Amino acid sequence: MFGLDKRDTTLLLIVAALVALAPFLLNPFPENSDLAQFNAGYPDLMQRFVIFGIFAIGFNILFGLTGYLSFGHAAFLGVGSYAAVWMFKLLSMNIIPAIVLAVIVAGVFALLIGFISLRRSGIYFSILTLAFAQMSFALAYSVLTPITGGETGLQLALDDPRIIGQQVTEGGNIPVPSLFGLEMRDSAELALGPWLFTFNIGYYVCAIIMLIAFYISIRIFRSPFGMMLRAIKSNQQRLNYTGLNSRPYTLAAFVISGMYAGLAGGLMASMDPLAGAERMFWTASGEVVLMTILGGAGTLIGPILGAGMIKYMENIISKINKTILHEWFYWMPDGLEDAMVSIVYPFIGKGWHLTLGIIFMLVVIFLPGGLVEGGQRIANFFRGRKAAKQEGKGTTEPAE
Amino acid sequence: MDAIILQILNGLDKGSAYALIALGLTLIFGTLGVVNFAHGALFMIGAFCAVTLSRILTLSHEVIDETRKDFLGNPLKVDVPYVYDWFGQETGDVIIDWAVPLSILFAIPIMIGIGVIMERGLIRHFYKRPHADQILVTFGLAIVLQEIIKYFYGANPIPTPAPDAFVGSFDFGAAVGMEAGQIIYPYWRLVYFAFAAVVIGAVFAFLQFTTFGMVVRAGMADRETVGLLGINIDKRFTIMFGLAAAVAGLAGVMYTPINSPNYHMGMDFLVLSFVVVVVGGMGSLPGAVLAGFLLGILESFASMREVIDLIPGINQVIIYLVAIIILLTRPRGLMGRKGVMEE
Repeated sequence: MFGLDKRDTTLLLIVAALVALAPFLLNPFPENSDLAQFNAGYPDLMQRFVIFGIFAIGFNILFGLTGYLSFGHAAFLGVGSYAAVWMFKLLSMNIIPAIVLAVIVAGVFALLIGFISLRRSGIYFSILTLAFAQMSFALAYSVLTPITGGETGLQLALDDPRIIGQQVTEGGNIPVPSLFGLEMRDSAELALGPWLFTFNIGYYVCAIIMLIAFYISIRIFRSPFGMMLRAIKSNQQRLNYTGLNSRPYTLAAFVISGMYAGLAGGLMASMDPLAGAERMFWTASGEVVLMTILGGAGTLIGPILGAGMIKYMENIISKINKTILHEWFYWMPDGLEDAMVSIVYPFIGKGWHLTLGIIFMLVVIFLPGGLVEGGQRIANFFRGRKAAKQEGKGTTEPAE
Repeated sequence: MDAIILQILNGLDKGSAYALIALGLTLIFGTLGVVNFAHGALFMIGAFCAVTLSRILTLSHEVIDETRKDFLGNPLKVDVPYVYDWFGQETGDVIIDWAVPLSILFAIPIMIGIGVIMERGLIRHFYKRPHADQILVTFGLAIVLQEIIKYFYGANPIPTPAPDAFVGSFDFGAAVGMEAGQIIYPYWRLVYFAFAAVVIGAVFAFLQFTTFGMVVRAGMADRETVGLLGINIDKRFTIMFGLAAAVAGLAGVMYTPINSPNYHMGMDFLVLSFVVVVVGGMGSLPGAVLAGFLLGILESFASMREVIDLIPGINQVIIYLVAIIILLTRPRGLMGRKGVMEE
């Protein structure tokens, strides 16, 4: 179906089903129950799952296929956000022009940076992209304030022109982003017994775009172009010696992944119409690296898993506090309860970054293929050793 | 002329910090071939060694002072640091006042210990893995170290003052026989520069004039042959990792009076230090030092009002801009050796 083989079609359909049913799947616990805090089915978080999923899918096209580790990808996300907000200010609150412009601007920006950065590889490439991203961040914060809004960020105002769309709503407010009248923040709610499910329009718009992005990334992975990128990862020198110029391919991969980041930035601005320079800071670039590696670089589904996992941890684990821990361990004897709480406490709440760092290190050390490899290993374990031996061979090692 | 001298002086302290961190990074890269993203975290841990020592020195116990009364007429309870009991009040005061310089002695064994544990426990399993994996695992380690420090010391910067003798500024212009009142410079920054110069000199002397250093340099040039000569080069490289950690730690200790330490200071410096290493030339020790000072001074020149008026925003981007130009025109860096990670 859609030009994919059977396995990929199944994967795409599974992802589509999971994404469509996410409001149910992420809300497994009844409202008002003790476990309701683990529910992730609220619009804001679900939107972030899919938006960062898009970001990570795009990053994976560059890092997973070519092995070029960019440490400045957040710059494209930030540029996309700014472009989208400017469209909301100048043209209309419809999200289509905003997203289109975000992708184009990010693509052009990626073309510029990629053209220069890709002249080097390895760690030099990482440093160059990092330097460009930090430069963009510093400029957005200081000199470019008229365009970027500086420290306060770029926000909508009542007196923005919005030449095509409505400038001010009837109530005298700033209009909200919409898709031909469908407002992004609108939600339908469904109460089933003690459960409450929220279906948000913004989430479904993002989800459909993510599925399209995911489909394109599968096509890229399976295309001759994708094979070429993999060849670059496994041995660029040998590729050059065969008389092929690898630069156009890496540049294309870089621009495509920059456009994905711009798309994510545009969607982020469409869900919440403001943009700030902190989206371009290098820690944001580091985050997408973490997501991709955690899920499994070079695999199709890995980046989405990684993005989901990190955003889930960020929002859910960071909410747990001491009282909740005491509730969990109340069945233990008093002394043991306190001991358990004080052991677990550094890893939750504000300390969730510590948990993230430890998980990330463990993944890099023991599971270089990320969660996907972990899943495969478990599957192989149950299937028996014979299967494990056969499957273990097809991996490629990146060139130094 | 005054303005130029002032900017050079202003660039020296930041340049010293860059040079020290970049020196450590290059030592690790040159010996072990590992790209260490956790080096900024070592700088930060060094700074927190100073914080810890000054907290230990001011540990106190309550003593009832019979001679003074509080407003209710009861004998006043006074906190007396333990150092007063051991050394008397005057010596105790001096010791507390000099906590930051004393931390140097405190930090060296700690930092070498951390460095050796890091190398033996984690980094050595990554020699054979691609550079991307090394970057990633040390990046993860940096996050973990940073969060551990945050858990124990909180997220706010902790002011750690310099000894009273070095607080304040002096008139540099008058000292070198120029017009007085033109070039005012804080004492501690000069101390920092001198300290950095001594550390850098010591590292170079160690590598140049000791047998150990000679073996290490030989190992940097050709690890395999040195191994074939029956020398345990791994052990020496581990010690060099500890030494590099100590250099980063000392840079952090002495930086505390200039900038109050917080848990993410390491990361802020790391990004710039990597740029410095790349500009200087990967694997070149003199290059790292030279580029550190050069970029520090360039940065302070770019912050001059006249320059900012001419090119707005240049002070924010100058270092990255220089790095981009150098990488594209002179891929090996200023003093890079041929064949060391040119691709």
